[in-house]
Amino acid sequence: MPSAIRCTNLFKTYPGKPPVEAVRGINFEVNVGECYGVLGPNGAGKTTTIEILEGLSPPTSGEAEVLSMSWAKDANAIRERIGVSLQETQLSDRLSVGETLQLFRSFYRSGVDPDEAIARVSLQEKKNAWVKTLSGGQKQRLAVATALVGDPELIFLDEPTTGLDPSSRRELWEIIEAFKREGKTVLLTTHYMEEAERLCDRVAIFDSGKIIAEGSPAELIRSLGAEHVIEFSIDQNHEIMDDELIRSIPTVDRLDKSDSQFRLTVGQPHVVLPQLIQQLADKGISLSSLTTRHASLEDVFVSLTGRHLDDENAGKAP
Amino acid sequence: MKHHHPILAITLARLREFVRRPEAVFWVYFFPVLMVIVLGVAFRNQKVETFDVDVINGADAASIVENLKLETRIKPHLRDEDESRERLRTGKTTLAISGGKSDGNDASSPADVEYLFDPARPGSLAARNLVDAQLQKSAGRTDVIKSNDVVYSEPGGTYVDFLVPGLLAMGLMGGGLWGVGYAIVDLRIRKLLKRFMATPMRRTHFLFGMMTSRLIFMIPQIFVLLVVSYLLFGVKIYGNWFSVALVVLVGAIEFAAIGLLVASRAQTLETASGLMNLVMLPMWTLSGIFFSYERFPELVQPVIKLLPLTPVIDALRAIMMDGKSITTLGPEFAVMITWSVIPFMIALAIFRWND
Repeated sequence: MPSAIRCTNLFKTYPGKPPVEAVRGINFEVNVGECYGVLGPNGAGKTTTIEILEGLSPPTSGEAEVLSMSWAKDANAIRERIGVSLQETQLSDRLSVGETLQLFRSFYRSGVDPDEAIARVSLQEKKNAWVKTLSGGQKQRLAVATALVGDPELIFLDEPTTGLDPSSRRELWEIIEAFKREGKTVLLTTHYMEEAERLCDRVAIFDSGKIIAEGSPAELIRSLGAEHVIEFSIDQNHEIMDDELIRSIPTVDRLDKSDSQFRLTVGQPHVVLPQLIQQLADKGISLSSLTTRHASLEDVFVSLTGRHLDDENAGKAP
Repeated sequence: MKHHHPILAITLARLREFVRRPEAVFWVYFFPVLMVIVLGVAFRNQKVETFDVDVINGADAASIVENLKLETRIKPHLRDEDESRERLRTGKTTLAISGGKSDGNDASSPADVEYLFDPARPGSLAARNLVDAQLQKSAGRTDVIKSNDVVYSEPGGTYVDFLVPGLLAMGLMGGGLWGVGYAIVDLRIRKLLKRFMATPMRRTHFLFGMMTSRLIFMIPQIFVLLVVSYLLFGVKIYGNWFSVALVVLVGAIEFAAIGLLVASRAQTLETASGLMNLVMLPMWTLSGIFFSYERFPELVQPVIKLLPLTPVIDALRAIMMDGKSITTLGPEFAVMITWSVIPFMIALAIFRWND
């Protein structure tokens, strides 16, 4: 299968004292028709990487190939065939939805009619409304429409749903899924695991400028060795629990402790839970919380780094 | 929906954003008009200039007042000495007259009358001479030669006629710098410029679109100013309309190019407005918007003539007031074109597109 994106050994260092190495050796390939997710905490190098692929910032070293063309030689040809939605773009408040898309459409040699782009993101009723009257979700849909108006083969979406309410988020997912159904390629960054699990065929988990895991969401979760997570907390000092005793319970794969809670990765919760409750009862400890759930990409990240994705200080921002 | 050329699409988008911001329209179009009205009223030519003078209470004061009243242009007021000196010091009167109590410069021939005034104050010398002539005449001096005054007032020679070309040029400067420079920095801050760069939009199309929209905003700006100054103050264009239009066009391009340069790297509105004021301030004061730059020392005048605003004002005044032909304005056009081309090229080379 031909690849839509291929990047080899990408490095990006921002000059300064000390220099910031935002991207430190990234390699990946996205197939045509695939939705590829780039996950990771803030400052992991996601936006830097996607901006290199969008041709907005040159890599310090390494190669980025998009639609089998290189940015160095075919920049304008690539731009004709990709669509982009950046983080934090503020479209003009006093232009209407239709006027905004007309402006963006004028930049492309070929593309879809602005009305068609409006229909794809379901903003027909807002066609004549000024951008400043739109809700956050509608603005984000308009931003995606500006990426679609050039009729691209590949779209880049940088955190398209950050800050949106759940129903707006689902509306955007449907737009992205419709685009995928046409056999087109999507590269998206997100820090919502649920979003990646639903939309992405494959994901790359970024941390500190490197890819620390890559594969389909199901593969990555399977790589944990156990697919369930039990989290509990107790109202006494954690030292009172015997870690070894917990690890000895059958199908327990892993135990992580944070300040507030214990986190077990287990194969079979119905085997682990009775024994765990028994251990607590033997010591006279009472639970203050207990939850069980399927393992997620978040757990993959935690098991790889020992940190949570939304930890504020997970990485250095460029 | 219709598909436009990118330059047209950018121009249209800018025009729409502009007219949908009424406060911006107000400042761009009505501020210069307001200036013409206020300054035009303040400096309108008075029919006959009159002089209010103080006569200090003393020996001959009453007869001096009587004599001065015979000349209609003199308005004498009887005051005490302390009060008169205070009024002189604070500029409320230009001249005080004191009747023969001082000894004058030469003790052997005491003066009959003494004039107190600051010759550096405008109008004080004229008041002194008029008062002196009247007092001498009352005392019996006769004119040695006969003279006759012919009132000669050439149209196009009033202060408002002088001021309007200056304000037109000032509007072009402010409009170009703010209209282009501020708009670009705003697009950069909103990351919209970066977003445009992710499309196949050509950089030159963008820059031309920004400049074109500015040239279009300028047409009503110039038109309103000319119409208002004609209706209120009778300011006319003695030269060719087409020549005025050409100077305005080149001037607008010049300041749009300078606006582009000012905005080429600025990343905050504060930086941009600081730079714009830095660029405009010398021209506000030196280029002769409100008064002729010939009042500045001769040494700096060649420099003043090379500032971007000066040739615009000079050319507009030459056409509007003196009715000169555009063919005599070669040096002015050379300066304006240089200030259009070089900033545009530098801006294109150093422009910050992606961040």
